[in-house]
Amino acid sequence: MTFDDPLDAERSLPARGCACGGHATQADHDRAVAASGDERLARIVQSAVVRALFPEERSRRAFLRAVGASTALAVIAQAFPLGMATEVFAQAAAPEKKDLKVGFIPITCATPIIMAHPMGFYSKHGLNVEVVKTAGWAVIRDKTLNKEYDAAHMLSPMPLAITLGAGSNPIPYTMPAVENINGQAITLAVKHKDKRDPKRWKGFKFAVPFDYSMHNYLLRYYVAEHGIDPDTDIQIRAIPPPEMVANLRADNIDGFLAPDPVNQRAVYDGVGFIHVLSKEIWDRHPCCAFAASKAFVTQMPNTYAALLKSIIDATAFASKPENRKQIAEAIAPANYLNQPVTVVEQVLTGTFADGLGNVRTVPDRIDFDPFPWHSFAVWIMTQMKRWGQIKGDVDYAKIAREVYLATDTARLMTEVGLTPPAATSKSFVVMGKTFDPAKPEDYVRSFAIKRAA
Amino acid sequence: MRIGLTLRAGLVSLLLFGLFVGAWHIGTAGTGPAVKMDPEYAKLMGATATQGKSAMPGPAEVGARIWQHLKDPFYDRGTNDKGLGIQLAYSIARVLAGYLIAVAVAIPIGFLIGMSPLMSRALDPFIQILKPISPLAWMPLALYTIRDSGISAIFVIFICSVWPMLINTAFGVASVRREWLNVAKTLEMSPGRTAWRVILPAAAPTILTGMRISIGIAWLVIVAAEMLVGGTGIGYFVWNEWNNLSITNVITAILFIGVVGMALDQLMARLQHMVAYAD
Repeated sequence: MTFDDPLDAERSLPARGCACGGHATQADHDRAVAASGDERLARIVQSAVVRALFPEERSRRAFLRAVGASTALAVIAQAFPLGMATEVFAQAAAPEKKDLKVGFIPITCATPIIMAHPMGFYSKHGLNVEVVKTAGWAVIRDKTLNKEYDAAHMLSPMPLAITLGAGSNPIPYTMPAVENINGQAITLAVKHKDKRDPKRWKGFKFAVPFDYSMHNYLLRYYVAEHGIDPDTDIQIRAIPPPEMVANLRADNIDGFLAPDPVNQRAVYDGVGFIHVLSKEIWDRHPCCAFAASKAFVTQMPNTYAALLKSIIDATAFASKPENRKQIAEAIAPANYLNQPVTVVEQVLTGTFADGLGNVRTVPDRIDFDPFPWHSFAVWIMTQMKRWGQIKGDVDYAKIAREVYLATDTARLMTEVGLTPPAATSKSFVVMGKTFDPAKPEDYVRSFAIKRAA
Repeated sequence: MRIGLTLRAGLVSLLLFGLFVGAWHIGTAGTGPAVKMDPEYAKLMGATATQGKSAMPGPAEVGARIWQHLKDPFYDRGTNDKGLGIQLAYSIARVLAGYLIAVAVAIPIGFLIGMSPLMSRALDPFIQILKPISPLAWMPLALYTIRDSGISAIFVIFICSVWPMLINTAFGVASVRREWLNVAKTLEMSPGRTAWRVILPAAAPTILTGMRISIGIAWLVIVAAEMLVGGTGIGYFVWNEWNNLSITNVITAILFIGVVGMALDQLMARLQHMVAYAD
């Protein structure tokens, strides 16, 4: 559960064996976790300091092998007051501001933000948060920029777009936590039951929630892999999720790549069927995020920490399948999602009707994992570049680091008893194609269909 | 004979209403052919899909829902779920705020334009260009510059209700009969006194017509504006229920919007009646 002993020369910090990478098996890991406490906190601080001193894994291990762990610790303590740093972390300072407003869009992606209210995760961390339902992404962006909201539910590409100044003035923005992974789907109108091959989609009209959304990038990626140019062969327009089913019923659109419960609602009302789940395009992709302005993070660090801790805590609770039914009941009422409970339950439990007469069971149809991988940000920026949303040279790694606050998340994840991954970047596979976060430009160039020069 | 006419008109109204409700009931009643489905699968689907039930609610359902809302109009179950009465109160408050600011701005400027041919010519191009702009087109601009969604909604109400009042006031003031102004001049009344004692009463019916048109437009626009910014208000209620695809609630809200709009219009009609005069 902790970062394991960073002063152990024989240990590799990157993942291996168990979730934290420190134990040979998951069982060892769990045992170690049970024993932690104050010692854990000390470890976290040591770990942070050692990592900062030795960003290179190899040099850290060489150093420790040369001088031994206790000497190393003494040397480091000379330069950096480890004891004091541990104390500072241990004191949960009172938040500067208790009454907060957090905006959300009524979709299941926002589950951690929403459920933290009825299920008491905010009050557990000493906050009085009002969660406010908002009509669309542009409005949520403007209200957050106007400081009407202290923090908000956003699409994971939005903080990047805001920071880059794409679609708005550049304002330093941060994304300390991903809310959900997977949980989207391509839904088509029932009349297209026989057109399951994307090659036959020429002339279709699709809806996505927002231009700067994973939905837009995933849909574009998916059709482009099937040889369809998303800009010329089909039409993609931005429609707020709640209006999508109504538009599908009215035959204004042929399908959408949308967040749930919209997909399941279309099935529930007999309007559409689920063509593919987004997890079948890219398993464990990020979708929505919890975002706050950089000003909020720096001016109210304690409030920010408490808020982020509540979200991470809620995310952990939501990631357990046995809690999902209870969550569905908590967030379905009119005050939150305003959907029939069975629709929300089908989304969260992953046992659902697909609109074609089958009951499918996909337990990780939606999952919750707060860790904002830097490589997610880099992939998103490669797609922004690919489709011409941003031009010129992009310092992928730097922006990813500044916006996706992986280190903060890792620290707070450990505080609430979770396992942050050891690295902040990882490679992943999208529709059979591996993405190497170290070579973003090559990745952009590798696509046949693209707008970028 | 007069009572007879009212009575007959009432009867025809009732008959039309009955016909409409009857047609509505027949149109939405009954279910389509029951689709054969695996019971496990059917459990996960809505009634529209399983029984071919019409997505449109019948009049009985809507009636029941209206009764529910009337019984408990002021409930408050959290930030995003408040009773219809509270939502309507929010909307009316916004409309009144925007509208009163518009009155305070439009009537003095209208007077100025009506009394001064120079200002009339000078301001005409601005008014002509600004007048036909859909008030909702101002919304992004307002959100961006005012930086507050509540005030932005009020601004949108202001901008849509200012034009009819401005133009009507200017027209009313400009068309006060020359003789009356001449009489005032003969009596050596000051310009202020002339405006207050002669022009205002003479132009009042026209001004009130402008105000009546404006309040109607303001009420039309608030629903759309609240659907856009969300949070509170009857427009938000409609949006929230649309989100849930609850046509029953949407129809209920539509009826309430109609009733409030009619009440506002009748109020202005009363005022208009009070200032009317025979030439």
